[in-house]
Amino acid sequence: MTVSSSARPIPDLSYKPGLQRNLLSRLLTLIAGLFSAICVLPLVLVLAYVLIMGGGKISLALFTQLPPPPGLEGGGIGNAIIGTIIVSIIAGLIAIPVGVGGGIFLAEYSKGGSFAQFIRFGTNVLSGVPSIIAGVFVYGIIVSTRIFFGNSYSALAGGIALSILMLPTVIKTTDEGLKLVSDDLRRGALGVGASRFVTIVRITLPTAFTPIATGVVLSIARAAGETAPLIFTALFSPFWPEGIFNPIASLSVLIYNFAIMPYQAQNELAWAASFVLVMFILAMNLFARWLGRFAAK
Amino acid sequence: MSPDTGEQYLLRRRPASEKLVDVSFKNLAIALASMVAIVLFAILVVVFWGSLESMGRYGWKFLVTSNWNPVDDEYGAFTAIYGTIVTSLLSLAIAVPLGVGTAVFITENIIPPRIRNVIGVMVELLAAIPSVVLGLWAIFVLEPFIRPFLTWLNQAFGWLPFLSTAPMGPGMAPAILILVVMVLPIITAIARDSLNQVPIKLRQAAYGVGTTRWGAILNVILPAAVSGIVGGVMLALGRAMGETMAVTMIIGNSNNFSWSLLAPGNTIAAMLANQFGEADGSQVSSLMYAAFVLIVLTLAVNVCAQWLVKRLSLKY
Repeated sequence: MTVSSSARPIPDLSYKPGLQRNLLSRLLTLIAGLFSAICVLPLVLVLAYVLIMGGGKISLALFTQLPPPPGLEGGGIGNAIIGTIIVSIIAGLIAIPVGVGGGIFLAEYSKGGSFAQFIRFGTNVLSGVPSIIAGVFVYGIIVSTRIFFGNSYSALAGGIALSILMLPTVIKTTDEGLKLVSDDLRRGALGVGASRFVTIVRITLPTAFTPIATGVVLSIARAAGETAPLIFTALFSPFWPEGIFNPIASLSVLIYNFAIMPYQAQNELAWAASFVLVMFILAMNLFARWLGRFAAK
Repeated sequence: MSPDTGEQYLLRRRPASEKLVDVSFKNLAIALASMVAIVLFAILVVVFWGSLESMGRYGWKFLVTSNWNPVDDEYGAFTAIYGTIVTSLLSLAIAVPLGVGTAVFITENIIPPRIRNVIGVMVELLAAIPSVVLGLWAIFVLEPFIRPFLTWLNQAFGWLPFLSTAPMGPGMAPAILILVVMVLPIITAIARDSLNQVPIKLRQAAYGVGTTRWGAILNVILPAAVSGIVGGVMLALGRAMGETMAVTMIIGNSNNFSWSLLAPGNTIAAMLANQFGEADGSQVSSLMYAAFVLIVLTLAVNVCAQWLVKRLSLKY
């Protein structure tokens, strides 16, 4: 080496695209981009098929008529649409009060004690319980014991099974929504003499309304699309709903039943029902997104 | 001016009714929060209780034999347990690189924020598509599309036990692919959150010493986010194990055991979905036993996942 350290030439700092490491970096970027494309592809394909195969079947009869007997043409999915609405309402009526109440406890009353930690842990564990297990559980305590007037399969049993799946989401969103409310607001309310109950009901809950509503809307959308807990709790019915103590049709179970039938007319109804269900769920998701943006302003 | 007696500043005394409302509201909230624990506990008790009969009769043999015969009252769930574990693990093996790659792509400033958001929203919407609709799509679109490819695999590599049968429609392979679609959004979302939590200084330092983008990602950013990503992968594993409808519709629901991924198979969740409605007697108990196995598997995986996710938030 003849070059002394004091006279070292200035290294070339310009970017050289031909360097092996730069080529490798670009190759990996390309692969990551390809992976993203593969990730998005199923959504595009599923939506496209649901739109093409189901969208063409949309007619008034689809919403107002009963499904045809196996092998026959025509008919609609009116009973399944009403059934899905009824079962979702039952699930919501159970899960929303319980979940919001549980969330209020976690956010407002617990001070990070071991009971609250246990409930938070339990909420996470419950959200990881497979949906079919909720069905098995409700089958075990309601359907097989026939505690509702001796009836076994019923809309009520289906709604209860769905409410178990909604519960963790509602608790978590209520908890997180209430935690976002600034403590100054609570102190202000308590300072002017409001009781704890009035502070929560009149001040903190309304302030946290949008995040809670967002979570509730998303959980209802999820419940409406669930099938596994319904197939042996609400079962299915080819007729119009006969009250909440009898088996009831739902869109998701109709899709399942009709997809595996060897008749083309039934398969087409399954696609049409998928179209209705997916549109409902996407609308709920966009609504929740809009609510969230509305809250951010 | 009259002398200030201070009377107008007297604090209002709380009436007993107000205190009662306060206390009962608190107790109500506690009671409602306890519902989570009660439901969780009740699920375990009910399923365990229901499976006692079958547990007593078959014991451990239930887990390792694959003879499912309602006519002779012979039950062994190995086919379903094998199917559950193999489909969920293989679907993760495909979904993890895809999901983490996508998460890197939409967090590391590679593309404009607008496109990043679009990809993020689309992945979230994919999670909202009901399982039963994906199952319908798998039956009529995915499976016919991949069947020629699977047939070729069988012809070329049929000497491998995992590819030893000719594909005949429904089977484990299409079920694995539809599971990939179902767990991708979970992995992508959690990997994205973990990557976003990596401190900006770490990135700046990595670029400051002159590394390339992927040098920084592979050596600094991903290792810093790894515990969160692994937690997300565990959550996805729990979801894949319990996923029911799409798998039930495409896996073929065969109780005959086969090592082959191209043959029809079964999972615990699919078996429950398929048989519970028509089961009676000791079959119900055996299905409850299978359900109990599924609960134990998913609980173990979920508890591990939560432990890992919790560790991430402590690290930085």
